[in-house]
Amino acid sequence: MSQMDVDEPVCLPRLSRVAVCGGTHGNELSGVYLVRELLKLQRRPSEDDDEEPTSLLTVLSNPRAVQQGRRYTDTDLNRCFTLATLNGPTSDSPPYEILRARELNAMLGPKGGPGAVDLVCDLHNTTANMGLCFIAYSDCDWICLHIFKYLQRQMPDVPMRFVHLGSSEKESYSLDSVGKHGFAMEIGPQPHGVVRSDIYGLMNAGVQHMLDWVRLFNSGAVFEGGFVDVFTLVKNIDYPRDEKTHNITAAVHSHLQDRDFCLLRPHDPLFQTFSGETLRYSGSEPLYAFFINEGSYYEKGIALSLARKRRLVIPAIRAQTEEEEQARGFTSEEEE
Amino acid sequence: MGQSEPRSQVSSLLSLTRQQQPRRGVLRKDAAAFKQRGWKLFHCRVSSFVGVHTPPRPSVLPGMSLHGSTARLSEARRVAIFGGTHGNEMSGVALVNLWIKNGADIQRRGADIKPFITNPRAVEKCVRYVDTDLNRAFTHENLSASGGDEFPYEVRRAQEINRMFGPKGSPEAYDVIFDLHNTTSNMGCTLILESSKDHFNLQMMNYIKKAISPASCLVLLNEHPLLKYSTSRSVAKHPVGLEVGPQPQGVLRSNIFEAMRVILKHALDFIELFNEGMEFPPCTVEVFRVSERIDYPRDANGNIIAMVHPNLQDCDWEPLNPGDPMFQTFDGKTIPYQGSCTVYPTFINEAAYYEKQQAFVTTRRETLAASGIRKA
Repeated sequence: MSQMDVDEPVCLPRLSRVAVCGGTHGNELSGVYLVRELLKLQRRPSEDDDEEPTSLLTVLSNPRAVQQGRRYTDTDLNRCFTLATLNGPTSDSPPYEILRARELNAMLGPKGGPGAVDLVCDLHNTTANMGLCFIAYSDCDWICLHIFKYLQRQMPDVPMRFVHLGSSEKESYSLDSVGKHGFAMEIGPQPHGVVRSDIYGLMNAGVQHMLDWVRLFNSGAVFEGGFVDVFTLVKNIDYPRDEKTHNITAAVHSHLQDRDFCLLRPHDPLFQTFSGETLRYSGSEPLYAFFINEGSYYEKGIALSLARKRRLVIPAIRAQTEEEEQARGFTSEEEE
Repeated sequence: MGQSEPRSQVSSLLSLTRQQQPRRGVLRKDAAAFKQRGWKLFHCRVSSFVGVHTPPRPSVLPGMSLHGSTARLSEARRVAIFGGTHGNEMSGVALVNLWIKNGADIQRRGADIKPFITNPRAVEKCVRYVDTDLNRAFTHENLSASGGDEFPYEVRRAQEINRMFGPKGSPEAYDVIFDLHNTTSNMGCTLILESSKDHFNLQMMNYIKKAISPASCLVLLNEHPLLKYSTSRSVAKHPVGLEVGPQPQGVLRSNIFEAMRVILKHALDFIELFNEGMEFPPCTVEVFRVSERIDYPRDANGNIIAMVHPNLQDCDWEPLNPGDPMFQTFDGKTIPYQGSCTVYPTFINEAAYYEKQQAFVTTRRETLAASGIRKA
């Protein structure tokens, strides 16, 4: 039994500013339409406004890509949030997305600074059969893990996983890393450029439950500790490609297609070449496959990603009271 | 094909998967059963390759005899297979590139069969088109226009394709062109026919349907005076569209790839048999005739304000009755279908059609009679 099971809940600063972002990729439409609907609701004056302790920022991250119906205009916006890119020198004609990333960093950040929003939830879709996934850099951000646990309880019929992007050496590059806490809410399968009512409904429910959790947290609720299964990214596997043209020469094998988060064992079928041959997984460690056949990852050289699964213990948490916050003197970073 | 549907962790949470459901016409009326469906994999139509519809019942149309004379047609010697007419519809791109590299599987006695990438620039960028939709560009006006560099890329490309495989409408045009497409809609395997009087194509489609039975391949007929469009394949005497879905743009699924490959194999077998002199007796072919294009509800600024309803999503080819749910607004209200009779919707929620103001098309079921055919 760890200390965490016996002792007081971990106290964390309240989340007074929350951002929900959609259209970071312009053709991932659930988030585009959800953000549009949230913006419509926000324009209506509400009786609750004065009592609302949390301010919600709703952001359409990449309006130009949304307008064009493309993932991005010049470069993938969701890879532009490294500190080097955000703070680097401005060239004569920088890619649109780099300029936009700096605008978003000014609006929601600055990344790493005390004025950054408390929580960023970035909405995405995938062509992979991943259900609802939280994707986060950290496996010890209790806020994100508790929100995930809460959603699991509120939406028990929905396949839901927590993906941890892993090694601390890898610098965070995505929009959700701008806030003090952040995660991507990734829902699939949905083709890019399409909005499916069932997927939209899921994302809407996921965001509403997340906002409910934030309100409960801010009002002092204690969230019990427990267990969360976390999938930690280990590596990516590319398609086999033609040496000269670099075109792919095989498709994900039909036995693996759509089986995200299944365990891929050594010698399991991986790819089916166009001439009908089966290529098998040659790794020695069984790993969990996900992002299986994501359309936008062909150009990134990723056919699927592989993860290890482990069970995390998370502590009970609650929000700091005003007195505790004042005693601290300033808003602190979350504890590791 | 022949392999069982892989059970994903997603579908394992369902009480019903698409294959196990009763005829959808029954389910549609049963809201409670629908709610049980929960999360679903919606690509079962191709993987399972199970026919949803009853097979066509041969019928004698008024004034027509099934034992009428056999039409003598010229041999189908020059055949082309087009891929990449839309650069992000990956099955056709992959198949054509494979056959360009190694054409053994598409060789047939008596025919020259040419695989061809129609829109290489769009393929390279993995987009539907660069300037304008190539599959709408083969109008008489475009093909006869003179001038050059100032035209959109796809118009110039259409003129080039017309020179290589046409000219459209002339005796020198290719005999048959297959144009390979994918759709995000749950259409399964669909053959697209441009004329109800093309007996060669009708016989080919009948042959293909029988060859893959009990798996299903439906025929969409687009002869609508306003909704018909000038396709790349229309350059040929006998244009055949092959649409397989659901597959996201920019994604290659092995089951969709295999389904398309099998359909083409049977199509080329038919051509070979025909060219060798086989007589194909009169037959009937069930088709779905394009009737009407239905757009999304939009606001005054042209923004979409509702999505395809969950009851209609993925239900291509299933009856849509007046009063059935059609769209769902973002805040959950149902908008029903208000047509006067039952229709068969297809191209439901095709990504590329949002900009063409089309949520789906309605079709009417019809049985066409094809005369017997034989090589002249």
